[in-house]
Amino acid sequence: MRYLPLTDADRAEMLKVVGEGSVEALFHDVPAAARLAGPVDLPAHLGELEVEQALSRLAARNRPAGAGPFFCGAGAYRHHVPASVDHIIQRSEFLTSYTPYQPEIAQGTLQVLFEFQTQVAQLTGLPVANASMYDGSTACAEAVMMAARITKRSKAILSGGLHPHYAEATWTLAHSAGVTTERLAPAPDAEAAVIGAIDRDTACVVVQTPNVFGTVTDVAAIAEAAHAAGALLVVVTTEAVAFGLLKSPGEMGADIAVGEGQSIGNALNFGGPYVGLFACREAHVRQMPGRLCGETVDADGRRGFVLTLSTREQHIRREKATSNICTNSGLCALAFSIHMTLLGQAGLKRLAEINHARARRLDAALAAVPGVRCITPRFFNEFAVRLPTPAAPLADALVQRGIVAGVPYARLDPEAGLDDVLLVCATETTSSDDIAAFAAALAQELS
Amino acid sequence: MRFSKEHEWVEVSGEVAAVGVTAYAAGQLGDVVFVELPELGKTVKAGEPLAVVESVKAASDVYAPVSGEVVEVNAGLPDAPETVNASPERDGWMVKLRLANPAEAEGLMDRAAYEQFLSTL
Amino acid sequence: MNMLNVGRVTRSELAADAPSEAHGIVHDEPLIFELGGWEKTGVDLPDPELDAGDLAGLLRQAPIGLPGLSEPETLRHYVRLSQKNHAIDLAMYPLGSCTMKHNPRLNEKIARLPGFADLHPMQPVSTVQGALAVMDLLAHWLKTLTGLPAVALSPKAGAHGELCGLLAIRAAHEARGDARRKVLVPSSAHGTNPATAALAGYQVEEIAQTPNGRVDLADLAAKLGPEAAAVMVTNPNTCGLFERDVLEIARLTHEAGAYFYCDGANFNAIVGRVRPGDLGVDAMHINLHKTFSTPHGGGGPGAGPVVLSQALAPYAPTPWVVSGAAGFDLVEERRGEAASAFGRLCAFHGQMGMYVRALTYMMSHGADGLRQVADDAVLSANYVKARLSEAMTAAFPDGPCMHEALFDDRWLEGTGVTTLDIAKALIDQGFHPMTMYFPLVVHGAMLIEPTETEPKREIDRFCDALLDLAAAAKAGETAKFKGAPFKAPLRRLDETAAARKPRLRWTP
Repeated sequence: MRYLPLTDADRAEMLKVVGEGSVEALFHDVPAAARLAGPVDLPAHLGELEVEQALSRLAARNRPAGAGPFFCGAGAYRHHVPASVDHIIQRSEFLTSYTPYQPEIAQGTLQVLFEFQTQVAQLTGLPVANASMYDGSTACAEAVMMAARITKRSKAILSGGLHPHYAEATWTLAHSAGVTTERLAPAPDAEAAVIGAIDRDTACVVVQTPNVFGTVTDVAAIAEAAHAAGALLVVVTTEAVAFGLLKSPGEMGADIAVGEGQSIGNALNFGGPYVGLFACREAHVRQMPGRLCGETVDADGRRGFVLTLSTREQHIRREKATSNICTNSGLCALAFSIHMTLLGQAGLKRLAEINHARARRLDAALAAVPGVRCITPRFFNEFAVRLPTPAAPLADALVQRGIVAGVPYARLDPEAGLDDVLLVCATETTSSDDIAAFAAALAQELS
Repeated sequence: MRFSKEHEWVEVSGEVAAVGVTAYAAGQLGDVVFVELPELGKTVKAGEPLAVVESVKAASDVYAPVSGEVVEVNAGLPDAPETVNASPERDGWMVKLRLANPAEAEGLMDRAAYEQFLSTL
Repeated sequence: MNMLNVGRVTRSELAADAPSEAHGIVHDEPLIFELGGWEKTGVDLPDPELDAGDLAGLLRQAPIGLPGLSEPETLRHYVRLSQKNHAIDLAMYPLGSCTMKHNPRLNEKIARLPGFADLHPMQPVSTVQGALAVMDLLAHWLKTLTGLPAVALSPKAGAHGELCGLLAIRAAHEARGDARRKVLVPSSAHGTNPATAALAGYQVEEIAQTPNGRVDLADLAAKLGPEAAAVMVTNPNTCGLFERDVLEIARLTHEAGAYFYCDGANFNAIVGRVRPGDLGVDAMHINLHKTFSTPHGGGGPGAGPVVLSQALAPYAPTPWVVSGAAGFDLVEERRGEAASAFGRLCAFHGQMGMYVRALTYMMSHGADGLRQVADDAVLSANYVKARLSEAMTAAFPDGPCMHEALFDDRWLEGTGVTTLDIAKALIDQGFHPMTMYFPLVVHGAMLIEPTETEPKREIDRFCDALLDLAAAAKAGETAKFKGAPFKAPLRRLDETAAARKPRLRWTP
């Protein structure tokens, strides 16, 4: 077996030092009835070539996004990732190291985290960001738990524009810990509806901009209403490229900003691994979940970085920790940080402008198709269209024409009665030809 | 000054008692990096958590050695947690409690008894 | 005759009495915020052609405040930083409980095939049949290896898997109208166990440990009762020992109407040799980054699928893969046949990139190779334990350990050298230190996990280094320890200052 360096001679010699006659004897604490006599019923080992062939066959049964016109967004976005990003994250020192428990020999990872935290803080317009969460949806759920700890209240109001998976993941985490969630009716342009639902038990309101229908909202008035009631404002962003163009959550009064960072540096990966962004105001940093990297000096007075404020975390506070999280999304955060470094603020702004422009072209093309209507009033790079027919079968039919048309809203939220709504997205990877092909195929399918 | 087995000290002055952690406890904690103090007006019973002291690798509850209402906290500590190490039994005081039951403090150890107790650890 | 190079010095003229401490050139690398230009960028992008006038009032007014770097500067920055990291590919990385083993590069190659990496999670299922087949196949391997009938793939890390298991347990109790309040956790458990139990809404009660490093059955029996929802036991446990009374633990737990949650962090010690389902386990998470070698990546991303018994299977979270006449499909919503699912743990379908890597690893090893993985991991740990016991004190000297060897600090008594000092001095020998001060139940703990992918030569080199340090400590050479490390990119860092006045971001 190519990954196992011990030879039979090594094993024999080692057993002698251990003082046992066989490896079997080392398992004698296992109840005899539970010891397997031989291998389980699975195939035997394979060479590299055979494994590659078998898995390549499975890969070939998928239709990659890049294989033709493609318009899915809704929380995961196809962007171009510069080649150098993937090269760097595959370096042994980043790929095969672990959590920087020994800072003297982990300054590479630690400095990256410090830079990542600063980048996220700048993008979200808030003073502090952590070293990342699993993904945007779990970051959203943790933000609600954090707001409940800070306010000592136990209810969260979720807007109807919040990604339905985020709402469900938040409910799942919160309700078992005694925090209730009230999700408002899904609607393309209803973030401000949360204001009417705020009461004295409200720990936080959770709004999303751009929301799952693509609508961009200035949430400043929501922040004001929340704060007047002693509640916090959590702002969710699933498309990180939007930070390049739109007002930041912090600028609009958010107390906690969470988001999905996949768009920067990370492939679609069929949904994961992704990288959760989490930022907050300075006053709340000790209630924050997740790892934090901080600056300090070494014994010779040189600048260095360490994991810090660890007493919030499970390995020290155990059942009183702010979260049970024991990891961050290290390598995905590295990819995010490298790509962001390549972009810089100038590149990110330009990238965001291109995304927005492509989406406007898509809007214009689809609006020309009879019976199709955009229902998103203000959008960044994705929007919702109402169709004269249910969206899911239509999307399936368009696959036959070589088009991956977008995400039927009902797939995310089947009970909402929005079966005729299709969520579409355009990025810098979407060409004019793609848009024209989509509009033509849609027109044919509907006629 | 009176001492608890949980290494808190209490010094009664009239109906108010100052509370902190002992020099022994401060030594065991290592460098204190953060002190979390209760809100004014909070009432605690003896033995309940009153404050939290944190070092880099530990977070420890400070228990109320006596029952009472929090009437003052050492506002300088959050910005200068090192005071707990430098002067644990004087400048590093944490909370002043208005005693619910002044007799409670009498039930705690005096210094000699506390030092005797430490020698058994 | 060409005289250009005549007379050049071709050997060191330095006296040997001034040995260098240097171990390579380490660049003092600034932060990107100190290097970059506000208008600089390392990407070339076309003209947007349209402006964003339609979003007036919603646009950012001031620049973000993020510098950019050109591509060559970017490469140099990150490559220089990378050289400040220790890595498995450089030398042994014996962090107990973390399982730092070789990461096969085939796994990386397969995960990057466009057919896997360039797939959107919400594409029509007809376009992702191969991806769903991977999930189905991974589920089959995990179920077969653990002897349990169901698996929830979506948890994104071990701790997330623990939450998944406990929420399934909670849902199962609640479905019977039997709400319970407590979860029992041994004192030696990972911190995630009590933290997860609290997050799932339970009170945590600690179970004592016996002097031989195992769960105290009498204490367990006394604390089980109508309020106990679950017992969380790591097996092999965090002391590196197999819970030899595991069948009795399961029996007592079930008798009390509670469920047996096994923390599967150490499954790598028994994979292919023991099926947790045969031990009475109801739920167990599997850290794909440990047992199945998806890369640790400087601290993530992980993946923590949870295998479930028949009793808990109906409560598994959405989504999951089903297969029918038309091929594979996804169950994504809590309704119909999935009505009893306890909820959803994350957006989409979990860590697909990690599924592909883990499956690649499993297929490479096969049933026979995975069994050998457990054998070699356990043999290597026992070899380390035997060799080091010459000078160090094993915490539990009697009987074999499993995949990791645990030492305490009794052997350092009177030397003035601590576990921390030993760890830092090991850095100067070119190794990553072992896990220190965990588990909490052993004083000055040093937990060493060599894994099955270390060659014997490297294990010997590590043991030799540690034995040399032990001799130095006992000989009173404290200077070698107190200032260590000397050869790392940085000396010991001031963690007190970092925590007292946190600086968590760059500021101008």
